[in-house]
This record gives sequence, structure tokens and C-alpha cells, in this order.
Amino acid sequence: MEFTTDDLKALFHRLAARMAAERDALCALDGLVGDGDHGIAMEQGMVAADAAVAGADGSLQDLFNAGAKGFLNAVGASSGPLYATAFLRAGKVAGPRPAMPRDDLRQIIAAMRDGVAQRGKAAPGMKTMLDAWHPAAEAALGGAAPDAITAAARDGAEATRTMVAAIGRSERLGARSLGHLDPGAVSAAMVIEDICRALRGQG
Amino acid sequence: MTLPTQKLINDGNAAVDEMLAGILAAHPDHLFRPADAPRAIVARHGPRPGKVALVIGGGSGHEPTFLGFVGKGLADAAAIGNVFASPPPQPAVDAALAAQGGAGVLFMYGNYAGDVMNFDMASELLEMEGVEARTVLTTDDIASHTDRAKRRGVAGNVFIFKAAGAAADLMLPLDEVERIARHANARTCTMGVALSSCSLPQTRRPSFDLPVGEMEIGMGIHGEPGVRRGPLRPADEVVDEIMDALLAEMGAARGDRVAVLVNSLGATPLMELYILNARVAQRLDQAGLGVHRTLVGPYCTSLDMAGASITLMHLDDELTRLIDHPCDCAMFRHG
Repeated sequence: MEFTTDDLKALFHRLAARMAAERDALCALDGLVGDGDHGIAMEQGMVAADAAVAGADGSLQDLFNAGAKGFLNAVGASSGPLYATAFLRAGKVAGPRPAMPRDDLRQIIAAMRDGVAQRGKAAPGMKTMLDAWHPAAEAALGGAAPDAITAAARDGAEATRTMVAAIGRSERLGARSLGHLDPGAVSAAMVIEDICRALRGQG
Repeated sequence: MTLPTQKLINDGNAAVDEMLAGILAAHPDHLFRPADAPRAIVARHGPRPGKVALVIGGGSGHEPTFLGFVGKGLADAAAIGNVFASPPPQPAVDAALAAQGGAGVLFMYGNYAGDVMNFDMASELLEMEGVEARTVLTTDDIASHTDRAKRRGVAGNVFIFKAAGAAADLMLPLDEVERIARHANARTCTMGVALSSCSLPQTRRPSFDLPVGEMEIGMGIHGEPGVRRGPLRPADEVVDEIMDALLAEMGAARGDRVAVLVNSLGATPLMELYILNARVAQRLDQAGLGVHRTLVGPYCTSLDMAGASITLMHLDDELTRLIDHPCDCAMFRHG
């Protein structure tokens, strides 16, 4: 069963609903290490991306590009350029196809990881969203089952608790960031979980 | 669960756009918004052929920073983000294209990861349009990092933008405006103290927990935790701690002159700012430093946060001239 443009529209719709539901919890996490608005940015970004994708026609790449532009223009912030770049990279992998094998979502996860790393100039271990994206991408490329990819992302996010932020707004906290989750890694693990649902064939 | 904070808003998600509508209605002689650019605010007077365009910007919630400093003699345009969030690249591009006069664009904004990514993307887009854009980040918050280049930009923006804006208004070329902007930033230091959390219009909850009786020294203008937390102390002791740090950082010699900004983070009233400034003036006098100009008021706020910051700009002849240069902005006038 292939992953079609309708499936991609459904995925963006789920991501928008998920971020709306998690908004306040993500803001509360961000209040501990940042400025308390991460949930707002993710909700606004994904809702705008969903609207842009829903209204777009064309290939998988066209839809990813529409989602990137929608997210970026709605949000700015840090998550705007990071997710916009991730979606643009995903679109490049998906290419001008109306559908692709579901297993190609593994390369999509890896491409999104690459986009986040490049735009954010970050490496794993710096207490950022990359700490969820990177283990998930490695698991995905290594052929892990969707549940294991989701778990890798979630474990990666959980591991940010033991990290001292080395980049971004919370870097200036130094050791005071220890013991707190990185909100960007937590929301990334949620995004990855929904992509993995699609990889399993559940929408 | 705390009760939602009380705000005079309609819809948290519409707060920024409704604020912009109010600002444009209040200041039509100073500001306009280009067609199809809802988050770019441009000076009516100021931008002109042959002049470097100074484009500032950042998240909302710091008013009058940033758009209050758009006007003749200061910034030519501002890109407006959501509350505490960098604007996307497009408003920065819109602002730059509306303000540029063929002599290049200088982007100036506080040093935050999100702003850097978005404004860098804007610079790339402008380059594709054949417009040269350079960037000077403000990094005046001495509490935020030991490494100057990694510090945040906070209330010192007012003086730093003022110097760069004056240089641009004097029709200096882009190289010179950029040099002066870096020089102004290097000689400007700020440190603040927060007494209560702000709350975002979208959440109407305190962004962080600061118990009654405590203060946070060095807190950022978005509620980022500062260097340490301690019991609230009398104003003079708070000023002394901040002034000790600022004077040590600045390394000024007796007889040097400074510009002073005692800034409210939003909820702290003028009475308290002037109480702080009385001690600031004493300390500067004791240090043998002359005060060339003092600004007191809400210049770079953090929504409804209680607290204040103190900024010193270590003047030299060049900066003194630029600080004295007239400007006429919607929320800031001089000369």
C-alpha cells in the first residue's frame, strides 16, 4: 500500500491536531528552560502547514513545500526555519511523485533530521530537537520497526533531561538546564510518532 | 492551577495584529504598512535614495521595542514577529525592500537563535533580488553569557539602534554604518532583574514560577532564567549589584561619559525606576563618570513582567554625536 498525497494531507492534519492538544503542556516545559512559547509556535506552525497542504495540489513534493512555507510564514521563531527546512528536505526525498512506497517514510525521517541539523547548526547531545530526530533517523535507516523508531525518538527526548544545553536560548542557562526536558525534542518525538503511524500503514 | 492572568485582549492569537492596527491608527504621520506586508512597519520619513536602510525587528511583546524606534533618524523599518518569536523571513524581506534606497540594508536585532535563522534566510532572499544585506547582532546583556558574542540583546538596543540609525541618517555608506553599529554594541552593557513572571496573551499563565519575596538577577526579556535567584532586596542594593557588574564589564576611566537607560520590563512603574536612577547617578558620580543623557521608562519590555534593567553606553566622541543626532519616531523623539 502506497503513501499518497491524500495520506500526506491526513498526516499534516493529525500533526496540527496533536500540537493543538499538546500546546499548553509544551509551553509549560518551555517555561522551565526558555520563554514559554514553544507549544504556541508548534500549534500555529502545524495548523498553518495543515491549511496550506490541504489547499495545495500536485505531487508529494509540492505538498511538503506548501507545508514548509505555511509553517515558516506563520511562525518564524526557531521552530519555523527548522521545520520549514525539514519539510523542504522531506519534499526533495518524496520528489514529484503522486505516491511513494510507505517504506520511503524512513528516508523522509532521515531527511528531516538532516534539515534540522543543517539549519540549526546543531549536533546530537546539545539538548535540542535533534536529540529526538537523530536516534529516530538512525533507527529508521537501520530498518527498525515503526514502534522502535517512535521509542528511539521518545528515549532521545527523555535523554535531554541529562544534557546541558549547548546551543539555542537555553544554552545561557548552563548547568541550570540539567534535569529539564528540551521542549523541542519532546514535540519532535510527537511528530515522529505520527510519521511512524503512517509508516505502519495506519493513515 | 493558577487563575488566568487578566489582560485587555480579545483573542490571544490576534493580539499582535490588533496591536499593529492600533499603532498604525495612532501614528499615521510616522508609520505605514506596505501593501501585502502585514508584518512590516516602515517609516514615513527617513528612507530615501542613497541611504543605507536600517531594518530592525524581532518578536512582539517588547514594545516600544522594536517598532517604536522606527522613524527619521533611527530605524527605517521593522519586521514584526509573534509574541516573543522571531518574525519569519518574509516580513524582514518586505521591510527591507520597502525601506531600501539602493545603498544596502543593515539588519539589526537581538542575538537569539530563532532571529538569526530567520533573518539569515531573509538576507539570502534579498541577495537573490540584488539587494545587499548585512547583519549586526546586539549582545548587551552581560548576565547572559561570559562570551560577549553569545550574549542576548536586550534594552541596550535603544542606544545601539540609535547610533546606527544616526549614522545611516547622516548618509554614511554601509561599511561605516556597520562599523558604527558594532562599535555601539561593543560599548553597551545591560543587566536586569525580574520580580514577577510575564504571561503570554495566548496562554494567560505565568511563563515561569517566581515565588513572592524573590527576584531573579539577570533574567532575559522573554523570561529566560537569569544567573541566580535570591530574596528581593531594597532598590539601592539591587542597583549596587547591577552597577558593580556593569562597571566591571565596561572598564571606563574616571572622566569618561556614559548614556544611561533605566528601563521597566513592563509592570514596574516610573516611581521605582526613578528610585533606581537616584542610586545609579550616585554610583556613576562615585566612579567619576559623567552622565551625558539619561532615559527612564519602558523602552524594552517583557509584556507584563515586573522588574527593571539598567543599561550603560560607554560614550566616545563619535557615539556622543550619534546619540545627540535628532530622531523622530512614533514612540521616541530627540532633538
